Amino acid sequence: MADAPVLEVTDARVSYGGIAAVKGVSLSVNAGEIVTLIGANGAGKTSTLKSIVGLVPLKTGSVKIFGQDIKGKQTHEIVAGGVALVPEGRAIFGNLTVRENLQLGGFLRRDPAHQKRALERCVQLFPRLGERLSQEGGTLSGGEQQMLAIARAIMAEPKLLLLDEPSLGLAPKIVQEVFAAIAEIAASGITILLVEQNTRLALKTANRAYVLVTGEIVLSGDCQALQRDPRIRAAYLGEDVHA
Amino acid sequence: MSQFLQQVINGLSLGSIYALIALGYTMVYGILKLINFAHSEVFMVGAYTGFYTAGALGIEGMEQRGAAFPLYLALVVLMVAMGASALLGVLIERLAYRPVRSAPRLTPLITAIGVSLLLQNLGMLVFTPNPRRYPPIIKEVRFELGGVIVTNVKLTIFVVTLALMLGLWYLVQRTWTGRAMRAVSVNLDAAKLMGIDTGRTISATFAIGSALAAAGGILFGLDQITINPLMGTLTGLKAFVAAVLGGIGNIPGAVVGGLLIGLAEQLVAGYVSPDYRDAITFVILIVILILRPEGILGVVRQEKV
Ligand SMILES: Nc1ncnc2c1ncn2[C@@H]1O[C@H](COP(=O)(O)OP(=O)(O)OP(=O)(O)O)[C@@H](O)[C@H]1O
Ligand SMILES: [Mg+2]
Repeated sequence: MADAPVLEVTDARVSYGGIAAVKGVSLSVNAGEIVTLIGANGAGKTSTLKSIVGLVPLKTGSVKIFGQDIKGKQTHEIVAGGVALVPEGRAIFGNLTVRENLQLGGFLRRDPAHQKRALERCVQLFPRLGERLSQEGGTLSGGEQQMLAIARAIMAEPKLLLLDEPSLGLAPKIVQEVFAAIAEIAASGITILLVEQNTRLALKTANRAYVLVTGEIVLSGDCQALQRDPRIRAAYLGEDVHA
Repeated sequence: MSQFLQQVINGLSLGSIYALIALGYTMVYGILKLINFAHSEVFMVGAYTGFYTAGALGIEGMEQRGAAFPLYLALVVLMVAMGASALLGVLIERLAYRPVRSAPRLTPLITAIGVSLLLQNLGMLVFTPNPRRYPPIIKEVRFELGGVIVTNVKLTIFVVTLALMLGLWYLVQRTWTGRAMRAVSVNLDAAKLMGIDTGRTISATFAIGSALAAAGGILFGLDQITINPLMGTLTGLKAFVAAVLGGIGNIPGAVVGGLLIGLAEQLVAGYVSPDYRDAITFVILIVILILRPEGILGVVRQEKV
């Protein structure tokens, strides 16, 4: 590995009013990988992602993106370095149209030629959005909003895409559709860090995984190996394992 | 009938001024969920900046010679006042509100009241408490239209207000600054994730709202003849009620609310008693808060999860 990892989190700690949510997480994501961060409710997955883009401050530790420390940078500056986050709950701009949501996704790439090209790519990836460009974002179904959130995030053509529970609250068929799009985005060369509670799906989609329990990484490794790990199978895949 | 039309015209011109001020309240509320009480003083400072700029441009001498103040100079007065108030609005946000942005919501509110009082008192110190006659930037010409008296001042108020509203509509709907402003008002963190410099966007919002208030201040001076350092208190409060009436945070709502308050005030003054012209605003406030607290154009939005 000659190149620095796309993302390198070292001993990150996040707390809210004295209560620790992330207690020394270290993880790295290399170019072209899909890495997943799995864990139960309240494990600190969202807090970890937020700290990477500067939405919550790091108490200690560091985050490096393409070898550059984000220390002292504001979110819009970090994002300008080629990162995008699809937040938990999607955070669509509900009273803006689908088209405007997408345009804003490309806020850092405002030249009309880029906007046009990127919008076409999003519509190609999610044809449902193409039919609804002038509809208000808030009127979309949950699945369509998730698609819009992902499309919006790739409008600026990030090199690193962070996804926070893209399967949350979606019907199985829609989940399939969304994950097919994620695979296509990855195939186009975008590096992905995927946060999920749907462990089975996450392990199937990603190359490597980290398991987060109450703010700490307890296990990490190759997804194929982890799928066979009895601890994972018992705790996360709901299988009855007699190890 | 002609008396009614007369009240309507007077009401709409007063309402235009309320609308211009109300826009600043509603835009700042939309983006920060803050009631910027100092906005009424930004309006006052705008009026005074116009007053002094016209003086510096020699309006007194022209008046004595019986010459009209040229239109292009009137536009200069408007621009200078709008620019000065924009700067003041941005400074207020930077110096007073930004440092307390992450504090509990009551803190910025109290800060806003403090800034408002500070500026009122600074106004009395710098401008003196004496009411000033507003210079005739537009020399009044009256003409009669079917029994209704219209002045070029009223027409100017309508034209300037309409032009500024169209400009604002374009800015908010069609430019990147406007898109960023709308994004920030829906979801601050999501806007940051788009790469929007939210600090700059908030500054832009204050600048635009304050510039509109300054235009309102000059039009108010032209319409009401005198200004004083406390002119913002009652007028600002009425404009704030206008914003609530239209649906706070809603830009078209501020315009509708402003016009309605102006109309109601004139009609009450004309048909009931001039004594009640100020009271009607607050009657409207109470009624709207009981019947439709989200305002005429406000919507109760439910987030889909
Ligand atoms: N803004 C906040 N203020 C206080 N505590 C918070 C805040 N956000 C998160 N927490 C707490 O921090 C811990 C980690 O939360 P976080 O949202 O990062 O977990 P998560 O793994 O994303 O959970 P989920 O799967 O439910 O989304 C939880 O105990 C949560 O209650
Ligand atoms: Mg979460």
